[in-house]
Amino acid sequence: MTAQPASTQPHSSGTGFRQKHLLGIEPLHPTEITAILDLADEYVTLNRQTKKHGDALAGLTQINMFFENSTRTQASFELAGKRLGADVMNMAMQASSIKKGETLIDTAMTLNAMHPDLLVVRHPHSGAVDLLGQKVNCAVLNAGDGRHEHPTQALLDALTIRRAKGRLHRLNIAICGDVAHSRVARSNLILLGKMENRIRLVGPPTLVPSQFAEFGAEIYDDMHEGLRDVDVVMMLRLQKERMDGGFIPSEREYYHRYGLDADKLALAKPDAIVMHPGPMNRGVEIDGTIADDINRSVIQEQVEMGVAVRMAVMDLLARNLRTANEAG
Amino acid sequence: MIRLLKNAQLVDPEAQTITAGSVLIENGTITAILPVDATPANGAEVVDCRGKHLAPGIVDIGVKICEPGERHKESYKSAGLAAAAGGVTTMVTRPDTTPTIDNPETLEFVTRRAQADSPVRVLPIAALTKGRDGREMTEIGFLMDAGAVAFSDCDRVVQSTKVFSRALTYAKSCGALVIAHPQEPGLSAGAAATSGKFAALRGLPAVSPMAERMGLDRDIALLEMTGARYHADQITTARALPALERAKANGLDITAGTSIHHLTLNELDVADYRTFFKVKPPLRSEDDRLAVVDAVRTGLIDIISSMHTPQDEESKRLPFEEAAAGAVALETLLPAALRLYHAQLLDLPTLFRALSLNPAKRLGLDSGRLSVGAPADLVLFDPDVPFVLDRMKLRSKSQNTPYDTQKMQGRVLATYVGGTAVFAEGL
Repeated sequence: MTAQPASTQPHSSGTGFRQKHLLGIEPLHPTEITAILDLADEYVTLNRQTKKHGDALAGLTQINMFFENSTRTQASFELAGKRLGADVMNMAMQASSIKKGETLIDTAMTLNAMHPDLLVVRHPHSGAVDLLGQKVNCAVLNAGDGRHEHPTQALLDALTIRRAKGRLHRLNIAICGDVAHSRVARSNLILLGKMENRIRLVGPPTLVPSQFAEFGAEIYDDMHEGLRDVDVVMMLRLQKERMDGGFIPSEREYYHRYGLDADKLALAKPDAIVMHPGPMNRGVEIDGTIADDINRSVIQEQVEMGVAVRMAVMDLLARNLRTANEAG
Repeated sequence: MIRLLKNAQLVDPEAQTITAGSVLIENGTITAILPVDATPANGAEVVDCRGKHLAPGIVDIGVKICEPGERHKESYKSAGLAAAAGGVTTMVTRPDTTPTIDNPETLEFVTRRAQADSPVRVLPIAALTKGRDGREMTEIGFLMDAGAVAFSDCDRVVQSTKVFSRALTYAKSCGALVIAHPQEPGLSAGAAATSGKFAALRGLPAVSPMAERMGLDRDIALLEMTGARYHADQITTARALPALERAKANGLDITAGTSIHHLTLNELDVADYRTFFKVKPPLRSEDDRLAVVDAVRTGLIDIISSMHTPQDEESKRLPFEEAAAGAVALETLLPAALRLYHAQLLDLPTLFRALSLNPAKRLGLDSGRLSVGAPADLVLFDPDVPFVLDRMKLRSKSQNTPYDTQKMQGRVLATYVGGTAVFAEGL
């Protein structure tokens, strides 16, 4: 691992990445995933230094367009852009033109006319970010679209696992909770599958539909069975609006059957790590003491890796953008 | 006016045959089926069909024309031109306009518009309940007097079983045909795709194909109660077919249709959220598609419709969940249906049984057949001409077709309504 990336020079680790946008994990080749993670490792080192600035995005404009509330992801993208020298602008789309009846495409074309280089988009509808990617000239990053994909979350999870476990293949990984409505679960399922891990989906059948078996995952509605001998326990957030009888009978029954507590975690491997994409509902899907247990929980590391992974992705997309511009 | 269409391959859906022959037309009616080399008497106009296929014109049940309300999407004129170019000689139009066609005055307005502008025949369907709200039935008797040939709330299911059973009972007393959209409304609410691996991968809200069978089961039970005349607009899943078969075997007055899109496309065609492939009900699995094609072959499913639904670009250039459903299909109905012929799944007489004969029979029309006494509503086509579809060349005001840029095979050469050529660009 080099101490600081000399960002004006192409890294050997970055040459395998050929995408114009990052719309999802699905279009990525395993070597591209590895390229992102290798570069992200270097940015982790940079971020731990007192002087954290790179210049990979110097002179570029990054616009964060969030059509859905987000504090953590937006902050992570903003920080990642700023650390690499981009001019970063945040737009809270809920409060702006959408309310005035402007369509998504019109908003995108308006922004496109301002010549951004990187457009980071979160949208409540699946496929909305793909649609934008077809209409604008700049690189588009999917920061979460509906229940489709959240690729940077899966990449930061992968980096966290690789650093904690020393590898990203042949691991038993349990993804637990509301898989049906989770873009995090989909992106992780695809990424971890591409890297040849065994994946279990654990949760009540109302939240883990059987068709997910067709992705090659094993499905468990008994969490004790689902966690037996796994290397990684990945918890998902249970949205408040799903708690009131529609999908599960009650919060307390859910916690009893599917909340991660010491008893259930004891069935996993002794060195199993616990992950959560945040924000957590303590006492709903995860016991507070487990979340805070520095020997088991890597939840804080996930946040740290998030910034590094987003720096790496934007760096790689910017390189491809420059190459494309030079090619005419 | 006497006209002889000679030297054609006659596709006869009644006899289920294709034979070489000629058709003699007098005063808009077929007056004789003659040998291929027939010579006309006393100065009839002769059209040489050059051995191409001549079939009864298509009777398309469930065409949406956006008058009144959204004429920028489709007018009687543009739809009529598209129909003529597609071999559709009768458009049976839907009442899901803005406002709804749910009273005799609105029905008379659209009838006048149709008569003034459409080169092909137009028969209107009226709403079954006022505003298609599923609460109060429309004036079924007056609407029939004004020319309504059927009653339907289109893609809205009459949720109250009580309201629907009363409407069916009343419609039966009038002899009216009720067209319904079999779908369990709770299960299918908000769905944009059919549940399965594809919908899960794309993260789209999805409905189980079972919702269609549940809707059909309810409607069949109500038919047993009321004895009404009923047509299911679109049967698109394998699971619904046994229920339909039993209902027919039990002697209920039930027929079923399906859409050309469900016969020729499947859920995977949506690919990267292509909204032109968003239809209602959503496209199904390949297994469902093949089961439905086979049901058309056996006659269990009676009718193929275009379910022509114009949408402007703005309604479609949206994230998939928000985008409007529906596709235009008047002009592509026959070329798309010929895919099933070229795939050797259906022969031409079977296709025209579902496109022309059965819908005409269901509505009590004397068209849809190639026999003496029938109106000379005809389509002349070449099933083999290849072309690549360019949606911008469609005659509809809206160009939301899923077949854009796709290779098609088979073109309409001429279309006759009452013996008059309303389209003849191919001759």
